[in-house]
Amino acid sequence: MNRKIKENIIKYIFFAFALVSIIVLGLIVLSLFREGMPIFKLVSLSDFLLGKDWYPTSDPASFGIFSLIVGSVIVTFLAIFIAVPLGVLSAIYIAEIAPASIKEIFKSVIELLAGIPSVVLGFFGMVIIAPWMQETFDLPTGLNIINASVILAIMAIPTISSISEDALYAVPNEFKEASYALGATRFETIAKVIVPSALSGISTAVILGISRAIGETMVVLMVAGGAAAIPGSIFDSVRPMPASIAAEMGEAPFGGAHYHSLFAIGIVLFFLTLAFNLIADYLSHKFHQSGSATL
Amino acid sequence: MNESINSSMKWRYFKQTLFFGIVRLSFLIIALALGGLLLYIVINGIGVINLDFITTMPTDSMTRGGIMPAIVGTIYLTVGAILIGLPLGVASAIYLTEYAVQGRMIRIIKIGINCLAGVPSVVFGLFGLGLFVVMLKFGSSILAGSLTLGFLILPTIIGAAEEALKAVPQTFREASLALGVSKWQTIFRIVLPNALPGILTGSILGVGRAAGETAPIMFTAAAFFTAKLPESIFGEVMALPYHIYVLATAGTHIEETRPMQFGTVLVLIAVVLGIDLLAIIIRSRMRRNKRW
Repeated sequence: MNRKIKENIIKYIFFAFALVSIIVLGLIVLSLFREGMPIFKLVSLSDFLLGKDWYPTSDPASFGIFSLIVGSVIVTFLAIFIAVPLGVLSAIYIAEIAPASIKEIFKSVIELLAGIPSVVLGFFGMVIIAPWMQETFDLPTGLNIINASVILAIMAIPTISSISEDALYAVPNEFKEASYALGATRFETIAKVIVPSALSGISTAVILGISRAIGETMVVLMVAGGAAAIPGSIFDSVRPMPASIAAEMGEAPFGGAHYHSLFAIGIVLFFLTLAFNLIADYLSHKFHQSGSATL
Repeated sequence: MNESINSSMKWRYFKQTLFFGIVRLSFLIIALALGGLLLYIVINGIGVINLDFITTMPTDSMTRGGIMPAIVGTIYLTVGAILIGLPLGVASAIYLTEYAVQGRMIRIIKIGINCLAGVPSVVFGLFGLGLFVVMLKFGSSILAGSLTLGFLILPTIIGAAEEALKAVPQTFREASLALGVSKWQTIFRIVLPNALPGILTGSILGVGRAAGETAPIMFTAAAFFTAKLPESIFGEVMALPYHIYVLATAGTHIEETRPMQFGTVLVLIAVVLGIDLLAIIIRSRMRRNKRW
């Protein structure tokens, strides 16, 4: 009896630890709202989200983040446009085509790429790609949408590649064997059997890649150029939401409207990525792969 | 007849060759991007790296001297993050693998972990600022930064620990329970020791992440410049990633300090990728020499 009580107590202690992630999520929401909500006494939610003027330090100040949202969306969209083909194809290469003996090494390449700190990639884009781009295309600045997108794509590729790879591995071997037995080539098997079976995992990968790119900070802070205006071309500068928060928090007076507005941008960013993560989670469970899928 | 079958086969194999070519090319692009980046940084950074660079304070408003305080600061923050993330993560994983019964509660916890993993790093920074720096009044400090980074790496550690715990064969648990050992003793004496190497290597990847993050420490721990090393956990620190950002964007002598910037990047890369590479090597060794 005594032992049973003890066992139960221990179980509940571990249960409490398991709740930590949920509690931290709750605390994130709490601290964002506590510091961010006061801005909505000054501007309405629709003016905040749809207002085109971001002049947080002018007098009178203007807190419209529409151009920041546009900046985030454009940079993310372009990055995903580059990262999805590269990420998915490299996953196919590693999972299905690469010789087994060097597979582990190839996987490490993707893992090492994932390990490169974002500030290093931002530095690379700023110091190497930007001057080159400026000179080659005769631009006013190399710190622009396309540069930031390329660097962001490099950041998103490992996420997309490694999750897609897991999805490809999870396709049961019988599917492959059946396809070969019908006389299909390796290419036909990959294109018509393996990839379609892994599609839910691959879409999960893409959505998590998007979520990663939207929230990435240092790259867009250092490489996107920082102009808070709606861009006219992909060679213009933008100021995505994370860049605005990171660049301005240091100079925003504590407890002022500017300070609160940056937290409010954080709220938008948090719920945007939360939505993408929930969609990814839903997809991977709703369309659970047949066989020994682990996603 | 035969001819048309032949030509259709040729066409099918041609498509395959073309596709394999494209697939190889895309992997090659990624590998070259990684290789090119590393090579460029090594070539440009290796020149400034010497013992002085690593062991002395910056001087002349950070245009000369070393980066010692940034290295020390990054070590403090990373160790702090591990001290917070590792116990929480492992305990959490123990519940999920050893105690939990599949059901709605577990589903919610798992969704929570996934969502936490997806929170942008800058939002973690805001969270740390709002909760630890402002609400709990820790100020911008090692403590606030370590807590923020510790929660940031929590999902990574939970994932690694879960995988390692699941890899311990069920028969180990059964054998222990059959001897009359209680469940928690089985976990502490049998399951955990066997899972420990896996937990540690998996967590190393989290360490690399904590060492390289910039946005979460910008508002919670990192200082532009400190004249001496911090004396307590309530002190601000310099950190390698933030130092790179500062030198590359905010200095008055950005062009002049370029070699120092490359040197700092090289040190950071060496630390982070060194840690990651270690984990990858140990893991593949372990997979090869599995005892069960």
